[in-house]
Amino acid sequence: VVHMGTLMSEFDLDAALRKRPGLILIDELAHSNLPGSRYPKRYLDVEELLNAGIDVYTTVNIQHIESLNDVVAQITQVRVREIVPDAVLDKADAIELVDLTPDDLIQRLKEGKVYLPKQAERALKNYFSPANLTALRELALRRTAEHVDEQLLEQMQARAIPGPWAAGERFLVCVSEDPRSAGLVRHTKRLADRLHAPWIALCIETNRSLHFGETERDRLAATLRLAERLGGEAITIPMKARTIADDIIAFAQKVNVTHIILGKSMRSRWFEILNGSVVHDLVRRSGNISIHVVAGDELQQQNAPSAPGPFDSSGPFDPLPYLWAVLAVAAGLAVGLLVKPHVGIENVDLVLITAIIGVAVRYGLWPSLLASVLASFCYNFFFLPPVYTFTIAEPTNVAAFALFTVVAVIVSNLAARGRKLTVSALERVRSVESLYAFSRKLAGTGTLDDVLWATAFQIASMLKVRVVLLLPENGAIEVKAGYPPEDFLDDADLAAAKWAWEKNRPAGRDSEALPGAKWLFLPMRTGRGAIGILGISRDDPAPLLRPEQRRLLDALTDQGALAIERVNLVEDIDRVQRIAETDRLRSALLTSISHDLRTPLASILGAAGALREFPRALDDKEKADLVTTIIDESERLNRFIANLLDMTKLESGAVIANTAAHDVGEIVGTALRRASKILSGHRVEVNIGADLPLVMIDAILFEQVLFNLLDNAAKYSEPNSTIRIQSWRDQEAVKLQVLDEGGGIPDDDIERIFDKFYRAQKGDQVRAGTGLGLAISRGFVEALHGTIVAANRSDRSGAAFTISLPIPQATLTEETAA
Amino acid sequence: MSAAPVKILVVDDEPPIRKLLRMGLTAHGYEVLDAPNGKTALELLIKKPNLVILDLGLPDIDGLELLRRIRLRQEHLPIVILSSRGDEAGKVAALDLGADDYVTKPFGMAELLARMRAALRHELQVHGERPVFHVGELTVDLVRRIVKIGDRDAKLSPKEYDLLRLMVQHAGKVLTHKFLLRELWDEPTDTQYLRVYVRQLRRKIETEPERPEYLLTETGVGYRLRAPD
Repeated sequence: VVHMGTLMSEFDLDAALRKRPGLILIDELAHSNLPGSRYPKRYLDVEELLNAGIDVYTTVNIQHIESLNDVVAQITQVRVREIVPDAVLDKADAIELVDLTPDDLIQRLKEGKVYLPKQAERALKNYFSPANLTALRELALRRTAEHVDEQLLEQMQARAIPGPWAAGERFLVCVSEDPRSAGLVRHTKRLADRLHAPWIALCIETNRSLHFGETERDRLAATLRLAERLGGEAITIPMKARTIADDIIAFAQKVNVTHIILGKSMRSRWFEILNGSVVHDLVRRSGNISIHVVAGDELQQQNAPSAPGPFDSSGPFDPLPYLWAVLAVAAGLAVGLLVKPHVGIENVDLVLITAIIGVAVRYGLWPSLLASVLASFCYNFFFLPPVYTFTIAEPTNVAAFALFTVVAVIVSNLAARGRKLTVSALERVRSVESLYAFSRKLAGTGTLDDVLWATAFQIASMLKVRVVLLLPENGAIEVKAGYPPEDFLDDADLAAAKWAWEKNRPAGRDSEALPGAKWLFLPMRTGRGAIGILGISRDDPAPLLRPEQRRLLDALTDQGALAIERVNLVEDIDRVQRIAETDRLRSALLTSISHDLRTPLASILGAAGALREFPRALDDKEKADLVTTIIDESERLNRFIANLLDMTKLESGAVIANTAAHDVGEIVGTALRRASKILSGHRVEVNIGADLPLVMIDAILFEQVLFNLLDNAAKYSEPNSTIRIQSWRDQEAVKLQVLDEGGGIPDDDIERIFDKFYRAQKGDQVRAGTGLGLAISRGFVEALHGTIVAANRSDRSGAAFTISLPIPQATLTEETAA
Repeated sequence: MSAAPVKILVVDDEPPIRKLLRMGLTAHGYEVLDAPNGKTALELLIKKPNLVILDLGLPDIDGLELLRRIRLRQEHLPIVILSSRGDEAGKVAALDLGADDYVTKPFGMAELLARMRAALRHELQVHGERPVFHVGELTVDLVRRIVKIGDRDAKLSPKEYDLLRLMVQHAGKVLTHKFLLRELWDEPTDTQYLRVYVRQLRRKIETEPERPEYLLTETGVGYRLRAPD
């Protein structure tokens, strides 16, 4: 790997994974990988190896353990930047302490066995003083002892050896935006670990938290993340009670906390007298909960991360508000000079104050302070005698000037703060409103595509980022939607997305894994697990999201994930229903085939067998009858198979209507010809309206529809009764009706008569037929954009099937034009 | 017609069908050659059959390809296609490639014989049209351009007459939409116009236009005029 112009070698994770050794030895667990590596930290490489089933032996120095970070920094006055989370250490099956007395270590350093001579000298001077080494050695011994203790405990638990168990201790650490909070969290982690107790980091949102700048918010978020990383639970609750202490106690009692840890107050005595002290309040009300007040460590402050440049909310200096402030004061002055003769000098200051308030409300604190200062000078110069000098003659006017200045500053402060609050409140309202609108929009969308698109669009427009959404398909994760829609991912990005999906962890830009990707990929999770991946990106190289944007993104992502899950669940239900339906149909089909195929086959075999076995016993008429039976039953079989084929085509969506303008009457003619044998026992009346417009249909499909209807009519009515076919125009449709004179359709069956394999009962006798004809008719008619309904005749007994076909728009337009 | 028996070449890969056709056709006085595949069929053309019955689904050569090759060698040899139901596209393609007619499996012997007769008749007719055509009540005098239903004159427009004349010249044979459009109109025309003329013609020559006796629709393929009695 080439880094900063120098060729440096780096551990090749992929090569190690490819070789799949049983065990791998890796030095320096805390090592930071060079940029361009898959992970920024070596311990992440190790995790990957462990996940791949490869055992790892590794080494780590005590100063790199995350929870010991403060202590080490206190001892050595150097903050170590390469940190290994405690969780990694806890995962170790065994820890072996490589112990050495400080003198021996110093000796080894001097002999150049650890660092090159030059580095060694520097290290000796700064870091490896005998005192430091002794302290570090003690830390290492203690940490190992803790681990051994845990193992012992596990063994005892495994063998069900009774107590001494951790007696239900539970720690609560109160954190705030204070930079020392991180130290408190680490301290709590160590305490809790020693007692094997769970712990919670609690942050209470007060009115004060609303005024936090970006730096404070970042720091608070970082502290809460640290708590989660160290294995604690991070919880933020809004302030409800009168004092913070009340809220802490209420929460602590709710979750059965036994120890509360908080930092030593840095507030002044005056502040405590005025506002009360949280520590005192807590101690007074804590009852049986122990309160630990811990000294914060000062080192934190100098190491507190400063807000990165691009997050700075103040932006570049804008002179315009200050110009307006000057102008406002000038205007106030002009008005003051005009009204002075009429209202008197004691009221002129109100005019100036008005100008200041105006500036404060419009432009905020600093321009209004400028206005205050300017206004006081003007007040002095133009109004307080002697006018046009900065001197003040009368002592009462000195008081007036002083009061004016104080009032001006206070007013500008208050107004500016009011403005800030209004602005932030408006922003909140706006983001809450758009969140609400988003959730309503999602609730209204039915298809997966709509949900994906709405989610991508919402995130893109609220956070001003590019968005892609990836969902699993056939085991792999694929881009399903994006905003802007033309975005695509290159291979490196896709690999990061895949990684995020497989590990259910963030990956890509600004994250721990694969930080080289251009996109940041976040798993979208619901209660049932990850359902997809959200990718975001922006063209400028600055970090993608501010903490509050990250919170907003989390809210949006959660809503999107829930909506996607909802759609997926609906689809799942549909699928299950379809499967149930298919099963029902399959069994109906089996019954149908076994009955309907075998009956004609039996007749055919019987008749053909008779003709072959004993032809002499039969006279000519009987022989002719048997031959007719063979032919008729074969034709019935043929129709049945044709029906099955049609149904299969419909089911598989293979019916492609080849529509063209057709005359309904012509197709009635061909259907009647095809059905002539079936209809030979019936009278047929045809009544087709003259000059019916042509309709767009597929002649073959429609002929089959009519054939099935005629077949049905013949089957369900007595021989010699009349079957009527009539067609007429009804506004913008052509209607076609097939009427028989049979018993009609039982009322209960009218809805079900088009179901597959459904046959109307007549007494206990089921009519011969496939139970498919009407289902096919409906399928075909619908494929032709028409409708078919069944009803009973109103003039007499009998069934009436009515098909309605739309008249083409072009024909209608022509008619209107004519 | 000469006394020599008419030779029919049956091309089908199903032995039962070949056996059935051989029996049925021999019983009607035809001489039968049969081929289980395209290769044999092409070889048997040497024996100068008078008509070919061709199944489109053959194991070695695509049915349409075989049809093209037969046409290359013998331009006027009548060919009747055996097709399966639902393969309207294949049927139409075969007719457009020069097949004379088709029957759909499963078929009756009577139907096949009628198609064969129509195809063979057309082959004989090429040399001289019959001046007067009779079927049922319908009489068409091609010389005097008179159409009668029973004793009643049918007044046809020139286009309707052209359509009927064309159908009469190929009576008993199916004529595809494409063929009719090409013969009746100089420029490309929509099938829709053909349907309109057929409807008008039926009103003039059929007793029950909705249940035509003479001018029959072959759904998805074209039209057929009933063969003369």
